[in-house]
Amino acid sequence: MAHAHEHQSVPSDPALRVKALESLLVEKGIVDPAALDVLVDNFEHKIGPRNGARVVARAWVDPAYKQRLLADAALAVAELGYTGGQGEHTLAVENTPNVHNLVVCTLCSCYPWPVLGLPPVWYKSAAYRSRAVIDPRGVLREFGTHLDEDVEVRVWDSTAELRYIVIPERPPGTENLNEEQLAALVTRDAMVGVRKVQA
Amino acid sequence: MNGIHDMGGMQDMGPIQYEENEPVFHERWEGRVYAINASLFALRKWNIDAWRYQIELLPPAGYLRMSYYERWLHINEQLLEKHGVLAGPAKATPSLTAAAAAGRLGRGLPSSHDPQVTPRFEAGQRVRARNINPIGHTRLPRYARGKAGTVARDHGVYAFPDTNAHFQGEKRQHVYSVRFSARELWGEQALPQDSVHLDLWDDYLERA
Repeated sequence: MAHAHEHQSVPSDPALRVKALESLLVEKGIVDPAALDVLVDNFEHKIGPRNGARVVARAWVDPAYKQRLLADAALAVAELGYTGGQGEHTLAVENTPNVHNLVVCTLCSCYPWPVLGLPPVWYKSAAYRSRAVIDPRGVLREFGTHLDEDVEVRVWDSTAELRYIVIPERPPGTENLNEEQLAALVTRDAMVGVRKVQA
Repeated sequence: MNGIHDMGGMQDMGPIQYEENEPVFHERWEGRVYAINASLFALRKWNIDAWRYQIELLPPAGYLRMSYYERWLHINEQLLEKHGVLAGPAKATPSLTAAAAAGRLGRGLPSSHDPQVTPRFEAGQRVRARNINPIGHTRLPRYARGKAGTVARDHGVYAFPDTNAHFQGEKRQHVYSVRFSARELWGEQALPQDSVHLDLWDDYLERA
């Protein structure tokens, strides 16, 4: 384990430590740097909340698709070509005028990667994780989302291998927009449930 | 383990820091850690539950001080050491090739459909989350222990984290979406119609 001791003695700056770790793993034939490039590129350029926005827009214009999405979101999402890790078992939950859904992972950072990409820092932060379950309405107010007292708030704590995506309400005044125009309105935050979609 | 990671219901963690137009990775090294982590996971020396437990073993002060990807870096170094991955001669083929990475790895989890495993509960049933305090890994958060809720749906069969994390077998069993009223969890300060749903394994539940 000579190498393990070597990389423990490099400076604690994470950038340098990662560089040392990568060199060591490549030298040992364990990791292929080209594979690392591909993995980074996937999340920087291919997988992200635009995928989820297309799913939501499709659900808004196609009631049969919405039913499939609510029945098995992983399968319905795969119809649009989005598959992969952290999306194998996905549940879609629908906002209505009477019900507002909010997604959190209090224990760490569970998030539906194929439809939303990697989670933003705030989603993984102690502030959000601790308070989303005990004070969801306060959290929502911090995001500028004000709910009426009689709306039902449902918080989904992703404690197992199920991943959640919120189908936000389609905003009024969007009747004449096509699917692509609708998708452009749908934000990551609306699909986590911290904001509503604005027309 | 009743660690710092189990923070649901804690207070005084400050306002939520929101960053407009946040990049996927803030620094190049974060992306490299993400990708190294995925490549090492593909070695199958450890499973997702063991990985999570390793994060939970970080001392609380360090856990809070480190950024998300610093934690990942730290535990990957520890897992490499723990599982002796760096021992021995260089490997001829890497754990993950560029082609496999491009193929997005397919579905990483086995199917949750398994008629061989009998569910102990069904939708509509009243249940109580058991009051357990294991020193090892668990996915039953403290804030739900001892609380009563209603099974909303059966998600099918999954490996049990409390044994899988310690390489004591998958002990596959049903996982349910359980609805807890916010008042049951937090008392009168919560509105009566609000709720929190948790996904809980059979072994975490008893009849209420």
